[in-house]
Amino acid sequence: MSDTLTPIFNNQNQLNILHKTPTGISGLDQITLGGLPTGRPTLICGSAGCGKTLFSLEFIIRGAQEFNEPGVFIAFEEKAEELAVNVASLGFDLNKLQEDKKIKIDYIHVDRSEIEETGEYDLEGLFIRLGYAIDSIGAKRVVLDTIENLFSGLSNQTILRAELRRLFQWLKDRGVTAIITGERGESSLTRQGLEEYVSDCVILLDHRIINQISTRRLRVVKYRGSVHGTNEYPFLIDEEGISVLPVTSLKLNKPVSSESISSGIDALDDMLSKKGFYRGSSILVSGTAGTGKTSISSSFANETCNRGEKCLFFAFEESPQQIIRNMHSINMDLQKHVDNGLLHFYASRPTLYGLEMHLVAIHKAIRKFKPSVVILDPITNLITVGTVSEVKAMLVRLIDFLQEEQITVMFTALTLNTVINEQTDEGVSSLVDAWLLIKDIELNGERNRGLYIMKSRGMQHSNQIREFVITDKGLDLVDVYLGPEGVLIGSAREAQMLLEETGQVLHTHAISRKDRELLRKRKVLEGKIESLKTEFESTEEELNKIYIEEDLKKEIMEQTRQKVTDIRRGNNSPE
Amino acid sequence: MYELRLYVAGKTTKSVTALSNLKKYCEEHMKGEYTIEVIDLLTHPQLAEGDQILAIPTLVKKVPEPVRKIIGDLSNKEKVLVGLDIRPK
Repeated sequence: MSDTLTPIFNNQNQLNILHKTPTGISGLDQITLGGLPTGRPTLICGSAGCGKTLFSLEFIIRGAQEFNEPGVFIAFEEKAEELAVNVASLGFDLNKLQEDKKIKIDYIHVDRSEIEETGEYDLEGLFIRLGYAIDSIGAKRVVLDTIENLFSGLSNQTILRAELRRLFQWLKDRGVTAIITGERGESSLTRQGLEEYVSDCVILLDHRIINQISTRRLRVVKYRGSVHGTNEYPFLIDEEGISVLPVTSLKLNKPVSSESISSGIDALDDMLSKKGFYRGSSILVSGTAGTGKTSISSSFANETCNRGEKCLFFAFEESPQQIIRNMHSINMDLQKHVDNGLLHFYASRPTLYGLEMHLVAIHKAIRKFKPSVVILDPITNLITVGTVSEVKAMLVRLIDFLQEEQITVMFTALTLNTVINEQTDEGVSSLVDAWLLIKDIELNGERNRGLYIMKSRGMQHSNQIREFVITDKGLDLVDVYLGPEGVLIGSAREAQMLLEETGQVLHTHAISRKDRELLRKRKVLEGKIESLKTEFESTEEELNKIYIEEDLKKEIMEQTRQKVTDIRRGNNSPE
Repeated sequence: MYELRLYVAGKTTKSVTALSNLKKYCEEHMKGEYTIEVIDLLTHPQLAEGDQILAIPTLVKKVPEPVRKIIGDLSNKEKVLVGLDIRPK
């Protein structure tokens, strides 16, 4: 048996532990910090159709199935067979449980017309029946639904009230954890004032219609001996029984991660210093109609699934098939991820439920599917079912819950004016960790999309407005194009690019022309040099010839002089 | 022929009073044409379910129809006789 212990001190200052019995109803055990008080009766009151019988039935059935505590259900209104049929739709097999002796259902019928009261009596018969039922299966849990029927059957109020007082004391003495249900009264909690006798723990169920939407709420009015959540908590009844919205912690001590995950658009990742968003953070994508918010969130989903992680996509405006088809046209295959079980769509119109129901439904879906990324597209529609402050409150709780689970969440929101209201976007912009704005830039008779990172907590980001394009190859952010007059986008950019390209071509052309001219000039020059050279050579040769001639002349003159000298000397011979 | 069942829970004053009152009325008004069965729920608790017994003591008239339940120690003779559909002789 699982217990949660809360210590309380009695008069002798000894520790008296208040044991609690878990109900197994999701969310309720958190609100009551453990469940209902063990061995004491709890009163559940509410108007017709609030879910009291279902509540108490779930208490008994889950007690038998999940906590191994047999239980007795005393029904004053419905017969056992009717009850079995009613809960069969929730997947509970009452008949089998009865056969297995885990549950005993007793139907007590009080018909006024059959009864004549003569003289003194007591309700020992009821006690005997109850005692017999409890002993036959060793029950630890008992439900009396709804004991106020006794008041319509028997007219002697004095005896009745005295016996009721005795009954609840008897139940306490038996040590069974009991639930007593009662109809809501005009001036008192229950019509017959049962709260006088059963006041250890009182839970009030409510079923309201606000703006044509029905909401079910639960409130723990009183819980002796324990701290409990005192607010109203919404709950819903669906095919698995009752789900109460769990409490979100009021402290801001959530775990944080430093891991970053890609957005699916490379250029966007480059704008962030961590190359992506932090895991477990919240991201808001806002823009006017048709700016591509769903595309961005789908790309984020796509990237998540490509990494092998699960993504849960809440679609509040388009149907899943529509989204898949639309994303297919920009080269994103979401159908493949759906088939692999990595991507799950949850589509519903916001006007289907109240805001609180949406939150509960979202919680349930997340707990069941256990994704690592959640996308809500768009959250703006939720305004139709609640005021701005209510939506903000709901989103705070959701973000709290998701941060606790370290699930990254992306919201898309429609901004209604073309002038971006940068202060609030359903009040969410201050809550989220990263905010992407897609602006519509109108220039020269055309509109283009500009993406701008308004904020991203914990990392540096680019402060440029980049042009956001959606092509059939996917999403991209075009580089900033700086023209002579400033940043250009759209067709102006194309025009400027074209212009510059032409200029470039001309420029190269001009340069090549100059080159050729240079070449030619060089050739001419070279030619000139050649001719000068040859001229020089011929002059040189001339000069050389003269030298040689001179030399020759000199030689000959020498020779001649020698000869002459020789001849003169030869004339002087004696004989 | 009256078939009467008196449900009691042990020998309490109310039960004893009811039984003695019942015997008295039956002798007076239904001489010989009745049977009284006393069922003690302390010994046979499972029998409470059949006749849907809540209060003790309870007198159940099974035959003749309709089934009638009279609860209390039967000290109010008028009401008992009316409840049993007996015209006082």
